[in-house]
Amino acid sequence: MWIYEKKLQYPVRVSTCNPTLAKYLIEQYGGADGELAAALRYLNQRYTIPDKVIGLLTDIGTEEFAHLEMIATMVYKLTKDATPQQMRDAGLGDHYANHDGALFYHNAAGVPFTAAYIQAKGDPIADLYEDIAAEEKARATYQWIIDMSDDPDLNDGLRFLREREIIHSQRFREAVEIIKDDRQQKKIF
Amino acid sequence: MKQMPEDYYRRLEEIQAVDFVLVELTLYLDTHPSDQQAMQQFNQYAHYSKQLKQVFEEKYGALQQFGNSYTDSRWSWGTTPWPWQV
Repeated sequence: MWIYEKKLQYPVRVSTCNPTLAKYLIEQYGGADGELAAALRYLNQRYTIPDKVIGLLTDIGTEEFAHLEMIATMVYKLTKDATPQQMRDAGLGDHYANHDGALFYHNAAGVPFTAAYIQAKGDPIADLYEDIAAEEKARATYQWIIDMSDDPDLNDGLRFLREREIIHSQRFREAVEIIKDDRQQKKIF
Repeated sequence: MKQMPEDYYRRLEEIQAVDFVLVELTLYLDTHPSDQQAMQQFNQYAHYSKQLKQVFEEKYGALQQFGNSYTDSRWSWGTTPWPWQV
């Protein structure tokens, strides 16, 4: 089971109400390479991955939920004081018409989240390469958002998340090596 | 937003820092499961984290649920602030 802890993994601060940045950030909430997709991808793959990397998939999958909460907090703080007019001016009129100020699992272009974003091939090398690619794509997305953002407080949290993608990618690369070594050691019957 | 006393943010950040060490050590040990020194460090920080949380929870209420934290007499779990409100 999972235990919730009433704290963020890393402090989230934003400087000003800025629904435009929230619109971009929602990519990491309900987009193809976002935190929801990441959490669901790893926690689903772990059932059929070799025993030696189940722990890693469980722990990274769990950390992704902590990142999802950080993104939600960023989006919430950036939009909570926005007027309907400000939402409209930020290109969030379509979102506001359907959801008011509620968060929703869709990407920056408003496309709803789909399970089709998540791969599970059952082949451990294929799955882990998929995971490495997903982390690198998420890292790139954080970089593009940081490049567009002029909010230093928000960027501090985004830089933390960007760096976590690098760590996860590197741990998955180690997992690939663990599986390769394990295969080479298998005895012939 | 709820403005909490300075002490709340200071203690919370201290917990976040120590728990970050534990997240990093966890992922490291998942791929380096025979590093005894890292495990020793892990237990040291796990102990430190529990100590910090005990003090924090006495002042600001339970951090975890389903019995992983003790409750106070006000069931402050169900009260604000939640993490996105501070």
